[in-house]
Amino acid sequence: MSDAEIPGNARPRLGAHVRMRPDRATGGYVLLGPETVVVLNQTGHAVLRLCDGERTVDQIVASLVEGYDGADTDVVGEQVRDYLSRLAARNLVAFTRTRR
Amino acid sequence: MTAPRPFGLLAELTYRCPLACAYCSNPVEMDRYAEELSTADWQRVFTEAADLGVLQCHLSGGEPLLRRDLPDLVRTANDLGMYTNLVTSAMGLNRRRAEELRAAGLDHVQVSVQADEPATADRIAGIPSFDRKLEACRLVRELGWPLTVNVVLHRQNIDRVGAILELVEDLHADRVELANTQYYGWAWRNRTALLPSREQLDRAEEIVVAARERLAGRMEVVHVLPDYYSRYPKPCMGGWAQRQLTVAPNGDALPCPAAQTLPLPRASVRDAGLGEIWTSAPLFTAFRGTDWMQDPCRSCERRELDHGGCRCQAFQLTGDAAATDPVCHLSPEHHLVDAAVADANSAAPVDLELVPRGRLRRP
Repeated sequence: MSDAEIPGNARPRLGAHVRMRPDRATGGYVLLGPETVVVLNQTGHAVLRLCDGERTVDQIVASLVEGYDGADTDVVGEQVRDYLSRLAARNLVAFTRTRR
Repeated sequence: MTAPRPFGLLAELTYRCPLACAYCSNPVEMDRYAEELSTADWQRVFTEAADLGVLQCHLSGGEPLLRRDLPDLVRTANDLGMYTNLVTSAMGLNRRRAEELRAAGLDHVQVSVQADEPATADRIAGIPSFDRKLEACRLVRELGWPLTVNVVLHRQNIDRVGAILELVEDLHADRVELANTQYYGWAWRNRTALLPSREQLDRAEEIVVAARERLAGRMEVVHVLPDYYSRYPKPCMGGWAQRQLTVAPNGDALPCPAAQTLPLPRASVRDAGLGEIWTSAPLFTAFRGTDWMQDPCRSCERRELDHGGCRCQAFQLTGDAAATDPVCHLSPEHHLVDAAVADANSAAPVDLELVPRGRLRRP
């Protein structure tokens, strides 16, 4: 799914081997895998805490737009898709099969 | 210089192991490690590691399942917020132990597999183990754990990489690490019998690239090429004492698992805290940064990229731990690597028996 556009009804979740944990040293959050440490910024954490394999990309975008005054759905949607694609390419994010 | 933040701790809980793989990179003088740290020692080490900022705890060995206190150690690391990763032969990973570890919060399991079929695999491992490993892999998946299958590649199994990938796919692994042998410890003794030819590597690479494409989104395929065939050295450990540290079974703290070979004073967690060792023990500070480098590294524009390569390999091959890793084509000692590679590609077949890893007497 990394090359094509992520459809709005895709349901992103963390990869099976990936954990999101608080990082005592910075007070932020990190993504952890056996060979990976990704220090998340606040925006990254705000996106990934919604990636539970239940919510769709559209729902995640809507919920983020709601949280930020004056945020534009198209812009946020593009940023979220771009972010998730990059993490998916590193197997940190996967997509639950869309129900038909 | 202020010390960087380490992210990963490799906790080598024991060098005891039921297998006798000839490619093992554990130290050859195993008696030095027979007196193992206690449960309380390890728990203190984990706490001090977390204080340093460590986020990943790799529980390895030898065979970590031989430590009866493994679930307690997992629980401690987990309580400290670390990602816990068990690196195991899976010998002894029965349902009861697996459930204990699951309950203790173990995040991830890495199982070593030697080949795709029992005859080759058991010959390499030195004991019948293939079928039990597969059973353990299935158990890992059944319990809902993420599974990585580790395969050390070498001259005697690399031609089977296609079948190995099929096996791993059948096991529904999340990840597979196909790592060519690193020539330390026992593997160094067996280098001639283990180093593949260029032709073998090229064939394997083609198969791995195709599999990675086919499995994208389902299984991550990591492929580590042998540095002997590289133009530049590997960026060993992401730089000396930058991101990772190792604690050996006897409490020796090391910047990398092979560093006990270097002619520097030992640093033991029995004598000092991990924080103090990480920040100021000579073994950790000796090759941190770039000040220690000599030419050609010192003036090389890649010095921050590959960090001069591997200190342990430089010492092993040249006798000077501050030399350029001879894998680098710019190293004045590169002929040492060229000679090994020439042997591996000579027309005369390499037909050497593997020297199996020795056994460690139970303390």
